[in-house]
Amino acid sequence: MEMSVGEIFRISGPLVVAERLKARMYDLCKVGEENLMGEVVGLAGDKVLIQVYEDTSGIRPGEKVVNTGMPLSVDLGPGLIGNIYDGVQRPLPLLKEISGDFISRGIEAPGIDKKKKWDFQPLIKKGDEVKAGQIIGKVQETEVVEHRILVPPNVRGGKVKEVYSGNFTVDEPVAVLEDGTELKMAHKWPVRIPRPYVEKLPPVVPLLTGQRILDTFFPIAKGGTAAIPGPFGSGKTVTQHQLAKWSDANIVVYIGCGERGNEMTEVLEEFPELIDPRTGKPLMLRTVLVANTSNMPVAAREASVYTGITIAEYFRDMGYDVALQADSTSRWAEAMRELSGRLEEMPGEEGYPAYLASRLAEFYERAGRVKTLCGEIGSVSVVGAVSPPGGDFSEPVTQNTLRIVKAFWGLDAKLAGRRHFPAINWLISYSLYTGTLADWYAKNVAPDWNELRTWAMSVLQEEATLQEIVMLVGSDALPESQRVLLLVARIIRDFYLSQYAYHEVDSYCDVRKQYDMLKAIKTVNDWFYKALEAGKTYEEIEKVEGFDEFMRSKLERDYKTAMSRALEKMKKSLGV
Amino acid sequence: MEEYKTITQVAGPLIFVEKTKPVAYGELVNVVLPDGSTRKGQVLDTSKNIVVVQMFEGTRGIDKSCAVRFTGDIVKLSCSKDLLGRILSGSGEPIDGGPPIIPEERIPIIGSAINPYARKYPREFIQTGISAIDGMNTLVRGQKLPIFSGSGLPHNDIALQIARQAKVRGQAEEFAVVFAAMGITYEEAYQFMKEFERTGALERAVVFLNLAKDPAIERIITPRMALTAAEYLAYTYDYHVLVILTDMTNYCEALREISAAREEVPGRRGYPGYMYTDLATIYERAGRIRGRKGTITQFPILTMPADDITHPIPDLTGYITEGQIVLSRELHAKGIYPPINVLPSLSRLMKEGIGEGMTRDDHKQWNDQMYAAYAEGVDLRGLVAIVGEEALSERDRKFLKFADEFERRFVNQGKYEDRDIETTLDLGWELLAMLPERELTKIERKYIEKYHPAYRKKKAS
Repeated sequence: MEMSVGEIFRISGPLVVAERLKARMYDLCKVGEENLMGEVVGLAGDKVLIQVYEDTSGIRPGEKVVNTGMPLSVDLGPGLIGNIYDGVQRPLPLLKEISGDFISRGIEAPGIDKKKKWDFQPLIKKGDEVKAGQIIGKVQETEVVEHRILVPPNVRGGKVKEVYSGNFTVDEPVAVLEDGTELKMAHKWPVRIPRPYVEKLPPVVPLLTGQRILDTFFPIAKGGTAAIPGPFGSGKTVTQHQLAKWSDANIVVYIGCGERGNEMTEVLEEFPELIDPRTGKPLMLRTVLVANTSNMPVAAREASVYTGITIAEYFRDMGYDVALQADSTSRWAEAMRELSGRLEEMPGEEGYPAYLASRLAEFYERAGRVKTLCGEIGSVSVVGAVSPPGGDFSEPVTQNTLRIVKAFWGLDAKLAGRRHFPAINWLISYSLYTGTLADWYAKNVAPDWNELRTWAMSVLQEEATLQEIVMLVGSDALPESQRVLLLVARIIRDFYLSQYAYHEVDSYCDVRKQYDMLKAIKTVNDWFYKALEAGKTYEEIEKVEGFDEFMRSKLERDYKTAMSRALEKMKKSLGV
Repeated sequence: MEEYKTITQVAGPLIFVEKTKPVAYGELVNVVLPDGSTRKGQVLDTSKNIVVVQMFEGTRGIDKSCAVRFTGDIVKLSCSKDLLGRILSGSGEPIDGGPPIIPEERIPIIGSAINPYARKYPREFIQTGISAIDGMNTLVRGQKLPIFSGSGLPHNDIALQIARQAKVRGQAEEFAVVFAAMGITYEEAYQFMKEFERTGALERAVVFLNLAKDPAIERIITPRMALTAAEYLAYTYDYHVLVILTDMTNYCEALREISAAREEVPGRRGYPGYMYTDLATIYERAGRIRGRKGTITQFPILTMPADDITHPIPDLTGYITEGQIVLSRELHAKGIYPPINVLPSLSRLMKEGIGEGMTRDDHKQWNDQMYAAYAEGVDLRGLVAIVGEEALSERDRKFLKFADEFERRFVNQGKYEDRDIETTLDLGWELLAMLPERELTKIERKYIEKYHPAYRKKKAS
């Protein structure tokens, strides 16, 4: 469709109504003399409703509106990695260069650097037949990411007439097909349309996060979905940051959707310094950030999750495992609510639009482990934080999210209050992936992994039941064997579940170490009961030597030596 | 300037004007009343047919014959270094009898978002001299840390104590204070003003006063005026600015009033669905910027209706600010000042502002241990209520004692008592020494040996 020009009829906050404008739904428009970016969200009679991604103060009725005839799209190609974008893929460093420390309006900035030259190495030759989604070459984008250049999924393909190698910008052709189609390193893709793939595959490989409570008890699969709901201050963002840091994904896309500016700054300052335990290189070299903080325009916040997931799908299509973190999907839902209110739509539950559930479902459905068009296997795993008002999980965003996601990590303000972090409540959380991933753990970690895991969980469950009794009669009234169980449960909680995000050693815990720790707890448990049978009293068991050392051994770089030394002491002291 | 006498409707704080020239969204409006006085307003909705204006000083006395003047300008504050020492109304007019402010620059109060890429992460420890804050929920420069209070609790005393004592150690620079009052009583405002005058802080302060008797809608612009002044002082004159906003609850009430008058779909408890975004445009104006010296630290105060922390105002605030200081009626009733309940309190930025070279090397682990021990003690109180203290084990009794002493000796302090961080940490160690050493699981051996009173005594002897 060609460009069309109309004029502004009405302005109400982020909603602008235009008239005499030819438009289709979701066309991208330039609004007013300052060319503010906006998107068509409704057609009513001769009026066009546009949500504007920038502040509309000072804009007047009568100013022009230009419809570009294109949907909101992102630029995909080399130059994405390590970048930080606003909700509509404008690079924030570039915005700073153009407009200074504060974000001003009407700035156009391409998502990827159009001037930079990349060393393109072709993987096809003249005369080859190429099809949509196929890899035609590669660019070493960062030390850890090999950017695979694809035939855009919406290009039919054909026989290769010319192919070049060497340094090119993203807009220069690197190959030409017989029908004259030029293939470039970059292409555009509309954010609201999922990128195509061949088929979805079952989620049988875990996305390892280095977080004990997650990997052991509530794992997420590669291509899976998880939600972290919790009241403020319970550690949603820290957990999300931990996942972004330590997940064993090739690419991490982190969406800061309507959250704090300082939190994004933290990521920006920290990630270039942090070293990926697997590649030994800075984490920033595999990360793309989308930051639309709470005080940035609300319409761009609505768009930010689509921008993020489209970038994630793009890397998936190269055959990579991508982990996407969205913090927080509640802010996204609120943006929808705010815009829906401006459109004067009939509200559903708590003022949220009636389409809240379907939008959430559509978003999470874009996750998955797939066979890509190029025949590789790639995945997008999605972890969404949810910020329920008042920490009340019965509100619409949490409930509609839980209907879709397969893993639920419920954060608990009480645990956070006693500084038990991660404050994930093990009694309410669940993961539906434990069954499908059991084989993987048994094969790749240890055959008895699943038994140990089940045992530890049953101790925690038992503890919860006993705690109720303790609340009534005090712990002294319990039989000794049950008091030992409470002691073991405390070890599981303080030694295993509690993990220090800011401790250099404890921040990341490899599955192998998780197994060793879990195994050690089981050993201690068995000794305790043996000692009890041999006539030791609970008090004696509780005061066992080496206990403190054992509890702290996880913080040592050489945890194995520290742990076995402590176990040795305990064994001797218990006389088993 | 063109005048229109085409008011067609007046609804609460809103007026509707027809048949105008194209009027900009957010434009400043003057309405001339029959008696010749003018009132200010701002455009909320504009179209070719009708313009909706929110009147900051209410609509009493406005009739359909009033002349409406669109200024062609958006709301701005006259900024100058001379703002320091001045008292202004909630809409930025001097009310201290002094001369008008001669602007060095007129700045739109709406403010632009700081580019996250331009921000610098806050890590400079601010010592407030209050143990429950410095030790447990440390404040850093550029943070926004609200006080969640309730009616009748001494939040003003705490805010004043912070304004009085706050300093960055080893640096001579002092804070400038921007104080914005929204709908507080004359008495409360008087307490602030008197204290500012007494300590000489007024010279370094800019005061915006919108009292309970003043127009409610004016409160919508008061915090933005204050933050515009703060930004000017911070980014043009390199001041470290401490902004106290009180009471944000009144601000939110005003927001709800306008939303109701516009017949918008209400969100929770009648507050508008965009309240989160709106509050964010206030709170997010705290921070530091790379390459600039000045900083803005925010201390918003809000009273939780019925002490309910899940009420939309504290709830949405907590999701935006970097933590919160929660006051407790129970502690207040016990006679403890400041009645800070550390368990629900939090400072999200403290981890980067504490530790070696900032506070002390043991601070992080000390903090975890203090929290865990106090939480356990508080939990046990519930148990004692049912089974009595005798039924507790010896270990549990120690924790119970710890919790009591923690409140009585650690949290409790004088209104003019300025404890430095070492005093706070050592006091904490004294309390931790009441517990069996094996229970200090969150602290590494080396710190126990360095700071635990038992080892210190050994060393001393």
